[in-house]
Amino acid sequence: MAILIDRHSRIVVQGLTGSSGRRHGLLCRDYGSQVVAGVTPGKGGMNIDGIPVFDTVAEAVELCQADVSMIFVPPPAAAEAILEAGDAGIRLAVCITEGIPVQDMVLVNRALGDRSMRLIGPNCPGLITPGQCKVGILPSDIHRPGPIGVVSRSGTLTYEAVQQLSNAGLGQSTCVGIGGDPIIGTSFIDVLAMFNDDADTEGVFLIGEIGGAAEEEAAIWIRQNMRKPVAGYIAGVTAPPGKRMGHAGAIVSGGSGRAADKIAALRNSGVEVAENPALMAEVMQKALRSADIAGHDS
Amino acid sequence: MKLHEYQAKELFHRYGIAVPHSHLVRSIEETGQAADALAGSCIVKAQIHAGGRGKVGGVVRVKTSRQARDAARRLLHRPLVTAQTGPHGLPVNSLLVEEIIPVARELYLSLTLDRSSGRYCLIASAQGGVDIEQTARNTPERVSRLTIDPLIGLRAYHARGVARFLGLDGPLAKEAVELILALNRCFLDRDASLVEINPLVVTEEGHLLAMDAKVSIDDSALFRQKEVADWRDETQFDPLEVRAARSDIAYIKMDGRIGCLVNGAGLAMATLDMLSECGGKPANFLDVGGGADQDKVVEAFRILLEDPAVEGILVNIFGGIMRCDLIAASLIAAAKEVGCSLPIVVRMAGARRKEGRQLLEQAELNIVWQDKLASAAAAIVRQLSPAP
Repeated sequence: MAILIDRHSRIVVQGLTGSSGRRHGLLCRDYGSQVVAGVTPGKGGMNIDGIPVFDTVAEAVELCQADVSMIFVPPPAAAEAILEAGDAGIRLAVCITEGIPVQDMVLVNRALGDRSMRLIGPNCPGLITPGQCKVGILPSDIHRPGPIGVVSRSGTLTYEAVQQLSNAGLGQSTCVGIGGDPIIGTSFIDVLAMFNDDADTEGVFLIGEIGGAAEEEAAIWIRQNMRKPVAGYIAGVTAPPGKRMGHAGAIVSGGSGRAADKIAALRNSGVEVAENPALMAEVMQKALRSADIAGHDS
Repeated sequence: MKLHEYQAKELFHRYGIAVPHSHLVRSIEETGQAADALAGSCIVKAQIHAGGRGKVGGVVRVKTSRQARDAARRLLHRPLVTAQTGPHGLPVNSLLVEEIIPVARELYLSLTLDRSSGRYCLIASAQGGVDIEQTARNTPERVSRLTIDPLIGLRAYHARGVARFLGLDGPLAKEAVELILALNRCFLDRDASLVEINPLVVTEEGHLLAMDAKVSIDDSALFRQKEVADWRDETQFDPLEVRAARSDIAYIKMDGRIGCLVNGAGLAMATLDMLSECGGKPANFLDVGGGADQDKVVEAFRILLEDPAVEGILVNIFGGIMRCDLIAASLIAAAKEVGCSLPIVVRMAGARRKEGRQLLEQAELNIVWQDKLASAAAAIVRQLSPAP
């Protein structure tokens, strides 16, 4: 079952004719994803390695039944690309673009509140349901189908976690990179709720980092609602305050957004948090074991 | 991107927000002349990208132009260390010489992003001139937070409500509404991530005036904020940070001696955490990014080697978009070009890891290969430890 995407997802790539869009559009297709269309305004009628290109997302929806959009549009036009997908009837938009102005995302975020489309990202690596469908730039070969849901604000750190999980025999139901920007379409809580209801997911691994309060909010939600074991890791314990650590959203400001507070909040909610990034698979196994023991006791 | 106080006040002035009369000066001579123009009595304020200036003598009230010159002699062209600058401080290259204004009340006003709601919010308090976060913690009823619906925007009725909360009435309330709306226009027009007036003062003459000004611009919007982007003061950054930014490399100077080169911000933070866990101290945060090419990796490597504090290097790459063999080739090219003799520990995982390892082992460099993050961090820490 997995969440958000599976082998039936029909993908349109907004920005397919650009170098990243083309490269990753074709890599997703190689993985087995159904990449049915591309959109680049002014380039309708072209085709990229057999994939038809349209001027508008509406045509891709109407003529190719696209329901998921992968967005590789440069920052100045990315917000508009997301809005266009929302109005064209796309179910799920995954925006890879990094560097979209915050003011544009404030408006997009508000507009999507009135629409049925879900946005993942921006500034994210996308998502993958191993063995079925990939929408994004994640390296395919480290993933294995299995029972662990992964949700993360990061890119390469997620790959590190996934590789550890796969090597430990823990495959993944779906891995979702929600993005490193201060404003993102889908939160930890949204994804946790989906994993909670997904029959294929037995436990969740959560990767957070400094900045904002999304991990603290997730911790409260987990305590009140989560029926499955959760383990995690928070990056940035040693990050100096007031400095933006690569991601636009990764900054400790005025005493808030600190890694120590996030780790404490998650542990308070029963989440197994890794002491360091080499122990990610171990804490996941530990969380699964203790849930199993708790399950037998009751 | 932070603006200096004088730049923020220049912006405020253009939007019709009253600020004190002032002169920006860069020498002792100019400071004396500016003080003379204000009849001697004035405030001399060091212009750096950090707060906490008042507590360490960076904001000086003087009575004569002689005292102003003394203040300038003490402040100019040396670093000022405040609670917010870190131990090395920030260089003071200019001073703002301002008229003294008799104050009746001090208030607080700011606009910023509320990440939880994904909207901008207007924060106001009748208690100005102090740390707003402390006020919010201790006496939350004295701080008003108004979340703005971006489809409606900040309207005059919102501003009237805030003026009332601040205890302003009559002509002052009217002035406050105009000021709040002007501040909002400035915030939106300039893609700011923060505009803050602390204190916003009611003068003894009964007018509102921005006594201090703090403005930060959203880095992601600089492509469409050309004028403000040109105001960047590179002296307020570490020279290596400035150089890295030119190549679009995310780099932050830190205090240790282990140089770090990583792809991806999250993995880079995790690598620093891993190093600390092993008892090592990172010299920097460095994320070469996802789609880095050879030139970028070579430049990143050069930046690490230019830092005199660096005694060893830890490279941690997870190959995805970026292939390990490409990174390996770049490392070899860079090390040969700059003649690196420092110990280097390389850990690679993911796409074309084996090919990367092969390249590095064939190159005649002081490189130790490790398969795991934990052992890589431990290896570089061990190499830099004094022999027993």
